[in-house]
Amino acid sequence: MSLTASNETPGQTVPQPAAAPAAPLIEVRGLGVQRGGRWLVRGVDLAIRPGEIVTLIGPNGSGKSTTVRALLGILEPSAGEVIRRPGLNIGYVPQRLTIDWTMPLTVRRLMTLTGRHGAAEIRAALQEVGIEHLAEAPVQQLSGGEFQRALLARAIIRRPALLVLDEPVQGVDFAGEIALYQLIHDIRERLGCGILMISHDLHIVMGQTDTVVCLNGHVCCSGTPQVVTESPEYRALFGAQAASALAIYRHHHDHVHLEDGRVVRTADGGRVVPEHDHDHGSCGQDHDHGHSHGQGQGSGGDAG
Amino acid sequence: MLDDFFTRALIGGIGVALVAGPLGCFIVWRRMAYFGDTMAHSALLGVALAFLFDIHITLGVFAITATVAFALVLLQRQVALPTDALLGILSHSTLALGLVLVAFMAWLRIDLLSYLFGDLLAVSRFDIALIYGGGAAVLGILALIWRPLLAGTVSEELAAAEALHPERTRLAFMVLMAAVIAIAMKIVGILLITSLLVIPAATARRFAGGPERMALLAAGFGALAVALGLFGSLQFDTPSGPSVVVAALLLFLGGLLPLALNRSGGRRGGGREGAR
Repeated sequence: MSLTASNETPGQTVPQPAAAPAAPLIEVRGLGVQRGGRWLVRGVDLAIRPGEIVTLIGPNGSGKSTTVRALLGILEPSAGEVIRRPGLNIGYVPQRLTIDWTMPLTVRRLMTLTGRHGAAEIRAALQEVGIEHLAEAPVQQLSGGEFQRALLARAIIRRPALLVLDEPVQGVDFAGEIALYQLIHDIRERLGCGILMISHDLHIVMGQTDTVVCLNGHVCCSGTPQVVTESPEYRALFGAQAASALAIYRHHHDHVHLEDGRVVRTADGGRVVPEHDHDHGSCGQDHDHGHSHGQGQGSGGDAG
Repeated sequence: MLDDFFTRALIGGIGVALVAGPLGCFIVWRRMAYFGDTMAHSALLGVALAFLFDIHITLGVFAITATVAFALVLLQRQVALPTDALLGILSHSTLALGLVLVAFMAWLRIDLLSYLFGDLLAVSRFDIALIYGGGAAVLGILALIWRPLLAGTVSEELAAAEALHPERTRLAFMVLMAAVIAIAMKIVGILLITSLLVIPAATARRFAGGPERMALLAAGFGALAVALGLFGSLQFDTPSGPSVVVAALLLFLGGLLPLALNRSGGRRGGGREGAR
């Protein structure tokens, strides 16, 4: 288990895997940030290990961005400690970055904003996110999705050990969102980096994340998506939204695949046939809805 | 040839413009025009204090403008007033303080106008040495901090997260601004310094595809404005500092023309081209 909540209850823990997990890239213990006499967040424990996707969710003002900023060293924490692996190389995609028109900046120049990179590296990074044709375009003319991809390329060109994404799908339409999350997932596979992400898209988060941390001024609950969605704290916090996220999350389960490849729809989310069910909680990082529906036609599994 | 006052003025003015252009780009990008104005206005207080304590004027101006810059940074953190209000307070109160202080020093006979609007034609050999020595130092430091400063200009958070220490570079940039104001004051005067920082940079924006190119172009446009302004001043017997600023303005307006002509198709077309 990579993450512990300070108010952990026995029901929320996940069994320790047999192999010892890699040492965390970055870890915060008892993190608290106080501003103007008020605690924005308090008592946050979390760790990100190589190859792991950790997603922070929580209502507005729950301290998600504050936690990430403290973790990155942008904010000075008022309590607790941040332990970084020495020489940790971080790639960051900040929230709501707008580049003023007064700054002439092409996508190509954006790639070398915080470090020196050669033309071949730049081409490779842009290819990786699928916008190599936009290299000479001024960043102000990109669409929301293209800009987020450019920012992602800028972050991964550094070959970061830790990629931090603060709401990476902002200003992106729904279809673009899915593609972008898939891209982030692929980047993890290719770079083997740890990823810390803030997201509002509960349903997508649940599909693409190893660990979910639900924040509301403190860690409400955390663990695999399965554990979190079933925790009462999460349901109390997100209410109807949680229920709908769960419904979308589970809509992939409204059928089961029989041995011969036939698809059988089930009324109650497929949970009646556990041996054929996808267990999101445990299949973790290999999980990919697309592949599991490959043989069943009209699976309806692709959102969008 | 340095014997000729006009040649000295030309060389000194171009030297200032070459430094002011690149620095001015950051002032435009970071939306610090009013901030620069405030620092410049405080320069008169520096002049007065320099006379009071008998130190070199450039040094006095540098010390005061840097102090005002840091004071503003501290006030921004402590006081619950919007930045533009703070700037308004500092800008005019330091200018007023300077004027009052000068008036108090009854023994002092200084040509106030030459400080407010510059005295380009009284540039000495020492001034030229100061402009080129100080200017080279400013440009050298700017080149050294270029990448982190630019990254911090695009996003302080991004620069901080990727270990580029944006606060450090921002403070260094303010010191550079103070230095440029101190060495440029003689040329264009306290009230017009910001124009030499901002107008060439704004002119360059139209023609630049990247930040480095914009900085070079701004230096070029600034130098051109100085040359045109000085020749104009000689020709039409107009005050030199304001003539330089008017020349810069004319270049800026000239730069707008191609944009006005292409406005309908030009900008969008550029995007399509890139998207091909």
